[in-house]
Amino acid sequence: MGGYESIILTVITAATPLLLAAIGELVVERSGVLNLGVEGMMIVGAVLGFAGAQATGSAYIGALCALGAGMGLALLFGFLTLHLVANQVATGLALTLLGLGLAGMIGEAFVGQPGIRLERLHIPGLSTLPFIGPVLFGQDLLVYLSLALVAGVSFVLFRTRAGLIIRAVGDNHGSAHALGVSVIRVRYFAVLFGGACAGLAGGYLSLAYTPQWVEGMTAGRGWIALALVVFSTWRPLRLLAGAYLFGAVGILQFHAQAGGVAIPSQFLTALPYLATIVVLVIISRNRVLTRINTPACLGQPFVPDR
Amino acid sequence: MRKLLSMAAAAVLSFGVVGAEAADKLKVGFIYVGPIGDYGWSYQHNQGRLAIEAALGDKVETVYIENVSEGPDAERAIERLARDGAGLIYSTSFGFMNPTLKVAKKFPNVKFEHATGYKRAANVSTYSARFYEGRYVIGQIAARMSKTGTAGYIGSFPIPEVIRGINAFMLGAQSVDPDFKVKIVWANSWYDPGKEADAAKALLDQGVDVLAQHTDSPAPLQVAEERGAIGFGQASDMIKFAPKGQLTAIVDDWSVYYVNRTKAVLDGTWESTDTWGGLDAEMVLMAPFTNMPEDVANAAKETVEKIRSGKLHPFTGPIYKQNGELAVADGILLDDQAMLGMNWYVKGIDDQLPQ
Amino acid sequence: MRLELEKRAEHSRTMAVLSPLLALVLTLISGAIMFALLGQDPVRALYTFFIEPLTASWSLQELVVKAAPLILIAVGLAVCYLSNTWNIGAEGQFTFGAIAGSLLPIVFPGFESPLTLPLMLLMGIAGGMLWGAIPAFLKIRFGANEILTSLMLVYVAQLFLDWLVRGPWRDPEGFNFPESRLFSDAAILQPLADGRMHVGALFALLAVIAMSVILMKTLKGFEVRVLGQAPRAGQFAGFSRNKMVLFAFLLSGGLAGLAGISEVSGSINQLTPVISPGYGFTAIIVAFLGRLNPIGIFIAGFLLALSYLGGEAAQVSLGLSDKTTRVFQGMLLFYVLACDTLILYRIRLTRAYAPSGKEA
Repeated sequence: MGGYESIILTVITAATPLLLAAIGELVVERSGVLNLGVEGMMIVGAVLGFAGAQATGSAYIGALCALGAGMGLALLFGFLTLHLVANQVATGLALTLLGLGLAGMIGEAFVGQPGIRLERLHIPGLSTLPFIGPVLFGQDLLVYLSLALVAGVSFVLFRTRAGLIIRAVGDNHGSAHALGVSVIRVRYFAVLFGGACAGLAGGYLSLAYTPQWVEGMTAGRGWIALALVVFSTWRPLRLLAGAYLFGAVGILQFHAQAGGVAIPSQFLTALPYLATIVVLVIISRNRVLTRINTPACLGQPFVPDR
Repeated sequence: MRKLLSMAAAAVLSFGVVGAEAADKLKVGFIYVGPIGDYGWSYQHNQGRLAIEAALGDKVETVYIENVSEGPDAERAIERLARDGAGLIYSTSFGFMNPTLKVAKKFPNVKFEHATGYKRAANVSTYSARFYEGRYVIGQIAARMSKTGTAGYIGSFPIPEVIRGINAFMLGAQSVDPDFKVKIVWANSWYDPGKEADAAKALLDQGVDVLAQHTDSPAPLQVAEERGAIGFGQASDMIKFAPKGQLTAIVDDWSVYYVNRTKAVLDGTWESTDTWGGLDAEMVLMAPFTNMPEDVANAAKETVEKIRSGKLHPFTGPIYKQNGELAVADGILLDDQAMLGMNWYVKGIDDQLPQ
Repeated sequence: MRLELEKRAEHSRTMAVLSPLLALVLTLISGAIMFALLGQDPVRALYTFFIEPLTASWSLQELVVKAAPLILIAVGLAVCYLSNTWNIGAEGQFTFGAIAGSLLPIVFPGFESPLTLPLMLLMGIAGGMLWGAIPAFLKIRFGANEILTSLMLVYVAQLFLDWLVRGPWRDPEGFNFPESRLFSDAAILQPLADGRMHVGALFALLAVIAMSVILMKTLKGFEVRVLGQAPRAGQFAGFSRNKMVLFAFLLSGGLAGLAGISEVSGSINQLTPVISPGYGFTAIIVAFLGRLNPIGIFIAGFLLALSYLGGEAAQVSLGLSDKTTRVFQGMLLFYVLACDTLILYRIRLTRAYAPSGKEA
């Protein structure tokens, strides 16, 4: 394998879980809900994805379990914040606590077991092409799914009536309600979608990135995903760029270290965080664009007036 | 309210019973820095705890608190064990050093065992394992197995323990191939499987074909397996994760030490000491030598035997520092004090240490 | 069946008192079931969790030690969230405050005078304010969203601390282990009793009182609320959104920094690579659990601290795993949050559609 090609492959692997979790949260936030429980949904996705694959021998069923696990936690979040209008920020954080504990409990039986890897697809003729073959045509299903989700979410949000409704609910739930939209139902849908994506992102960790289960294996990626949604100013294509930027800087700093760059490794490790801040500052200068893309009702509870 | 009171009464009652039962048993407490499910550092210490239970049965009762952050929480967790009647407490991470000493001062009758530290007291012992002996062995194996003459080394944090390991690895490798090279990457984490996998991939992309790691998860080995490279397990035997990729693993085994020290407390012979045991004390074990030609495996076994019998000491002079300065004179063994605080690389390592 | 909420005309005072009790009862019932399922004696488990930590002087003091930083940080964060400023990087401000305040005892260990501690505390506050000022500046000058910048700066501050204690600030007599030298007595916040409770607890108490007064009785408090709830109205009233962002970040950063240096000086007595078990993040829950009200935060801080201490007690006395205690903690939080709904709303279950719902 050529040098650059495998570096790109590594970046794709590093970016995919972030992208999966973030694209779901983007939809959630577009509908006006702030779910800070991404890390919790991811880790439960990771452990149940692993468990599902172990039980059935199929990584695909594992991925489905991961998806379901994320949705399960999201349903709990939805019930509390949408039905009972509990505070979203606090509920999301509590969800993370619960998720980390739950995943640890479930995972006790799986410590020290190798997992089942999600296979890379091989498209005859294409995946063997030099360079572009493995990069474009030799990935696993979830990588393609993450990219398809970006395209799909982008299309749905900005080109369809459903997207218009989601954005309307996020921008002004009062008016949306007055127009006869069921705000709660739309938000439930978005929250469940977000949970499914976060669960899959966790599944990607335990099935493709590093096929194993250890406690705390999400290692804060849910938080990075949340930050990336903000970075994207709630736009899917920019999210794609953000996730790959973050992944790439993280990989390149390892190459810089291995290449013998004489900078303390702590500073190199801090690079992805600093790079994201710098790029955000540069792209935030167009304030009008930022403002129109920010869901105005983000985090605000909604109860239909009677 | 009456119900609450009766509940409280019942609770107090049940405590009384437990207290009476536990009186003649020695309660042994453990503080872990990570979850016992990390399959690395804390997992192995917990295996040691289970070994105590298996060996000493109903003479002891063990309790533990896991995931104790090395910050303001540590002292409270240790004190809780002491107050709960533990007669012997193992605090199993370097960051617990000063909290352990503080609690030990308050509880002079409780015995404390602190892992990897250097401060002791009348009721505080320290213990650690000479993992570097194992690293010398895997350095030799790496040099014999590598086709590119370059190994990749994933470090957690640049602390003396890890630096000593890298030096021992390099000295082992140089004893086979004086021109051997090593590329070092710091993950700045003890365990983050994703990051460790990324580091492993970056190293392989930079042309190394053997991986060594001083981080805890099996992720780097999995990467090696997948890419057709080879590597070494850490803390536990990780052969299940890389049946074709693992050459051997440096296994932490605390059980012998833990059982002996617990027995000592039961016998009344416990004294404050500093234990630094290696292959000979069976605190460091080598997993079976696999995926290598017989002559390489035999050479490795021979080295293990030599170290065990004291014929070979990895840090025997002449050893030169990176800048060519003589660190250890010819024929001299580096003393433990100098090894404990090691913050220099041996000649032949390109990486630079933060000073 | 449908669950519907009906907004109350005003806050229900009865429910404000009853809802936490209801949450407690629900937690006790669910907890009892959960512990019974795990094969534990439910009464004993609940006793260990909620009562045992309150039965000894040392654990009561430990409760204060654990709650104080949470309260101190959360009080500052409440001002941020009330004014609609999203500082989620208190952990970084805590860390940087600790670093700044520790400069004195680590770099100038010989400087031992009655001035040492006050200077350290001031430097800690200044450090936290400085770290908080960065997201505020980026927000005001460039419009960069503070959720991202404040969060990312947490990691940067932690790595900076890591570099310091492994590099230039490591203890010269510490065999190159990653720890700073121990602080001299002049640099240590003194204990208030026989245990670990130290002067830092008073800072939390003072902050609660001061913030209660500021929020309830002063124009600044009014400004915070107005800009948070009705930004346009606030601007017509002549309040500046930008100044408020800066104010909120400096205040919360300063308090987090104070919490940081207090922890390091009072509890740890040195800088180590890890100085916080996630106080800055947990404080976000505390802030909202306390309904962004200083008194509420005071109570919420103790509740959360109790759940941590109870968790440890349960691990030791019952052999429950750390995961079980965290699930239980999550459950407790959910109940408290859900029951809070009753303060603002009446809940009723109706059959199918209530026709009046849609047309209204």
